[in-house]
Amino acid sequence: MRRNQVAVVGAAETTKLGVVPDMSQMQLHADAALNALGDAGLTIKDIDGFATAVEQPQQVCHYLGITPTWVDNTSVGGCSFMIHVRHAAAAIEVGLCSTVLITHAESGKSNIGRTPRGIAPDSLNGQFELPYGVTTPASMFPIPVLRYMKTYGITHEQLASVAVVQREWAGKNPRATMKDPITVADVLNSRMIAYPLRILQCCLVTDGGGALILTSADRAKDFRTRPVYILGTGESVETPMVSQMETFNSSRAFKVAGPLAFREAGISHKDVDHLMIYDAFAHLPLYGLGDLGFMPHEETGKFIADGNTRPGGKLPLNTNGGGLSYMHSGMYGMYALQESVRQMRGTAPAQISNAKISVCHGVGGMFAASGTIIFTNQR
Amino acid sequence: MAEPQRARPKATPETRHFWDGVDAGELRLQRCNKCAKAYFPPRPFCPGCGHREVTVFKASGRGFLYSYIIHHRPAPGFTPPYSIAVVELEEGPRMMTNVVDCPQTPEALQLDMKVQVKFEKIDDKTTLPLFVLAKG
Repeated sequence: MRRNQVAVVGAAETTKLGVVPDMSQMQLHADAALNALGDAGLTIKDIDGFATAVEQPQQVCHYLGITPTWVDNTSVGGCSFMIHVRHAAAAIEVGLCSTVLITHAESGKSNIGRTPRGIAPDSLNGQFELPYGVTTPASMFPIPVLRYMKTYGITHEQLASVAVVQREWAGKNPRATMKDPITVADVLNSRMIAYPLRILQCCLVTDGGGALILTSADRAKDFRTRPVYILGTGESVETPMVSQMETFNSSRAFKVAGPLAFREAGISHKDVDHLMIYDAFAHLPLYGLGDLGFMPHEETGKFIADGNTRPGGKLPLNTNGGGLSYMHSGMYGMYALQESVRQMRGTAPAQISNAKISVCHGVGGMFAASGTIIFTNQR
Repeated sequence: MAEPQRARPKATPETRHFWDGVDAGELRLQRCNKCAKAYFPPRPFCPGCGHREVTVFKASGRGFLYSYIIHHRPAPGFTPPYSIAVVELEEGPRMMTNVVDCPQTPEALQLDMKVQVKFEKIDDKTTLPLFVLAKG
């Protein structure tokens, strides 16, 4: 895809994040969409392309009053929205539509009007994983961690430092769910969920949503918001079964999507001013730093523990507080994208001064899928 | 009211041989007749090369502990804490299982320990391939 041909011109989260018992999942979609339209200065009738995950496009389009000429329902978990951005950029470039709305919403905590998601007993997951007592993502996503730690010499303290650093970022963000500072000892003394991960290394469970509006870069200059250009994109999938990953030492989906986006953007790692790596659990930033090529996997734990990703560090990472401390409704990718857009607009609560390039890397399922978007505010 | 129970697998035509094997006390894998890749989970073609001629064979049932968690949250049919493990079989494929008949602790469960399949009948209709630490 060509660089900087498409831009984000509208971006917003739901009015409330966290616990929102007075809104159904569908209304959270609408609330985010209406906020993003307001941000862009558009009306719903200006939207001719639509993408979402879990809910079907016709559900959300009908609810909002959209008549689309292009829809995408890629639903591969939390990075679906990164992939929607990639597909939307391609669709706009070839003229399938001109103005795309992407929405995410999840009543993850309050469970109101939530679309059911289950595993059939005759699916491969139902036959070859479910009978062994896997339940929530916390019982599946951490399964590769011990192997990763042994292979690369990552310590429990280093893994705990991921949560500590992200809480430090969250402390700067008024919208973050958890803001009180924590220490490595706090993390290592918190309640065990799925050894080796404790509760402070697992994502929050919250309600919320977010929406993005994209259009061509040529049109973007006429909007009142500062355009945030799509510089590079990547996507891939691997397996719905965490047990069947090629290796636990890395994510194949990460290793395809991330480098693809870097090549498309024509940038190197030293050009990156701001980084988001979807952190459903504390080990994901380690996999991300290694698989995206920022450093060898052996160095990822030390890099974070040494403070390189904390406020003032050389590689600001998960600056909203991440899924561990900001919010995590179930499919967190939209919130990572929102933070990248805020950083590129210069409007983030913990703004990185003079940031020009933001890499936003997502995971879907339990390392099942991946999407990477590289944003810039320079054309 | 009955307690919520452990999830039961339900075979499809493509996986029937595996579950029939477990019922007969055999861990059955498949191997490609063309490229010789051994693979899991079951399917009637090779995921390595796409070849449709494959052979079901009896695996040794031996392998090593590739990775695991110890789950401390409640799950239907389980008493926490319990291990959810991935073992790598001698023949190459990996599979999810539980390592049983040993303390469910990080001290007892060390990566790369040798393991051996143990067929555990969980009710009249269902047997599952669980694993135990290998002796010696």
